[in-house]
Amino acid sequence: MTLDVARIKRDFPLLSRKVRHDLPLIYLDSSATSQKPVAVIEAESDFYRLHNSAVHRGAHLIAEEATDIYEGARIKVARFIGAESADEVIFTKSATESINLLAYSLGQSDTKSSFHLKPGASIVVSELEHHANLIPWQELAKRSGASLRWFPATEDGRLDLSNLDQVIDSSTKIVALTHQSNVTGAITPLSEIVKQAKSVGALTILDSCQSVPHFPVDVRELGIDFLAFSGHKMVGPTGIGVLWGRKELLNQVSPFLFGGSMVTSVSMTEATFADTPRKFEAGVPNMAGAAGLSAAVDYLESLGMEAIHQHELSLNDYALAQLKEIAGLRLIGPYENIDRGAVFSFTLEGIHPHDVGQSLDDRGIAVRTGHHCAWPLMKKFGISGTTRASFYLYNSLEDVDRLVEGIYETQRFFTARGF
Amino acid sequence: MVNLESLYQELILDHYKNPLNKGLADNPSASVHHVNPSCGDEVDLNLIVDGESIVSVTWDGVGCSISQASTSVLTDLVQGKSAQEALKIIDAFSEVMSSKGIIGGDPEILGDAVAFSGVSKYPARIKCALLGWMALKDAMLQAKVIR
Repeated sequence: MTLDVARIKRDFPLLSRKVRHDLPLIYLDSSATSQKPVAVIEAESDFYRLHNSAVHRGAHLIAEEATDIYEGARIKVARFIGAESADEVIFTKSATESINLLAYSLGQSDTKSSFHLKPGASIVVSELEHHANLIPWQELAKRSGASLRWFPATEDGRLDLSNLDQVIDSSTKIVALTHQSNVTGAITPLSEIVKQAKSVGALTILDSCQSVPHFPVDVRELGIDFLAFSGHKMVGPTGIGVLWGRKELLNQVSPFLFGGSMVTSVSMTEATFADTPRKFEAGVPNMAGAAGLSAAVDYLESLGMEAIHQHELSLNDYALAQLKEIAGLRLIGPYENIDRGAVFSFTLEGIHPHDVGQSLDDRGIAVRTGHHCAWPLMKKFGISGTTRASFYLYNSLEDVDRLVEGIYETQRFFTARGF
Repeated sequence: MVNLESLYQELILDHYKNPLNKGLADNPSASVHHVNPSCGDEVDLNLIVDGESIVSVTWDGVGCSISQASTSVLTDLVQGKSAQEALKIIDAFSEVMSSKGIIGGDPEILGDAVAFSGVSKYPARIKCALLGWMALKDAMLQAKVIR
């Protein structure tokens, strides 16, 4: 193993908790939200304990400290994702807000703008999208009269790119895709997509909620235009998300929320707006959240994103080999350990996912059940939901063993009762 | 101690395996479709009334053992009752479900549905148990036999 998981687990207080029947917790729900190391919890509480003050405005020492912490977090995040400058990083409350901000503001573009959408234009998504990267574009399509198109999902839960140049064509203005499916774990191969999008002049927007926490992501290398992710899935706090965009594009996008801190001057009848990122951050921001996110980036970098990725690849090898052997288990996602994250959505023949989840919970194993905010994908596979076990940097091979054992016990429990 | 055995009681499993009144009857007085948005489970329910009394409640749907069994028990329980009696039963069941395991429920009113009292200790499953029950309440409102 590339990571010292036993040591890492000790950094996460919650992971030493006991759950039902006094069993140790096996946390396999990191795709929903990750647990937090002490360093992150302390960074957030230290902000309130020692540095709490409104950023960018107070004429006093602690306001300067708060500003340094907040802007320091921006610099750190920018470096972490390979942004050109910290000005390209906007703090939001969540990835959902990041995508909504973009969908709303792009929709406000005037007719002279190259972003302007009108009937005849198209927005491209995929069948694998989380609702957060689907509904904002559905709504934008409705408002603008543009049509919504999508890449279908393949049988093994990847993007079907066989009609790439028909899906993304000269009418396409926006291509908004998941970087890694939160259901199937499939990682989107971006180079051909980005190339095609660029050739037709479309913007590329990446939902990176499931990628930035798990493997190295460099926005300039990817050649994309915008990227959204949340803090809480990358060992950071809830309530803080990121929108990254290329600066020349952000300069052309109008603000989404209006109010304090985002202006250069204001009269009774009008206002002029600050440059990015300030124009997108009206109001007093989530400063403690930024402090926590900054500590989360430090934590991830101390382990190394490549090491985290390698760790997950070895979890994949180990888990896939065992899951394949379970009779009646259908994996909703790739069976081979190529371009996939350590996310395993599955169904068990004859046992509803909710009953599977209940049984695993009774054994101390925390998974998620249901449609995982990807309802269209469930319909595609003809199922109402799946059980999803998602792994992260603090999960060990033993956790895989516990899951597999739990699945067998679940099958025995319900089979004995005539299921 | 709550455990799986006490949650998945024999009676619940029996109803899950052999659901009652499953398969929608024609010419309903009201027809509803309810979804549990947290898991995607669905139930279609047809209600036939004669005046104020319930002639038949039939249903179809996909879902977990708790939601399927609970709907099966419900449809059996309210057959032939007046709408007001059915409403009383639904309210009593809702009270049990929101009691966090404190109220076991009166078997005089709830019949077999008391078997679901263990569900109320698992907040995530309460919606499963209530799916069919809320559908019936909605159908009775639509059929205008309750207000």
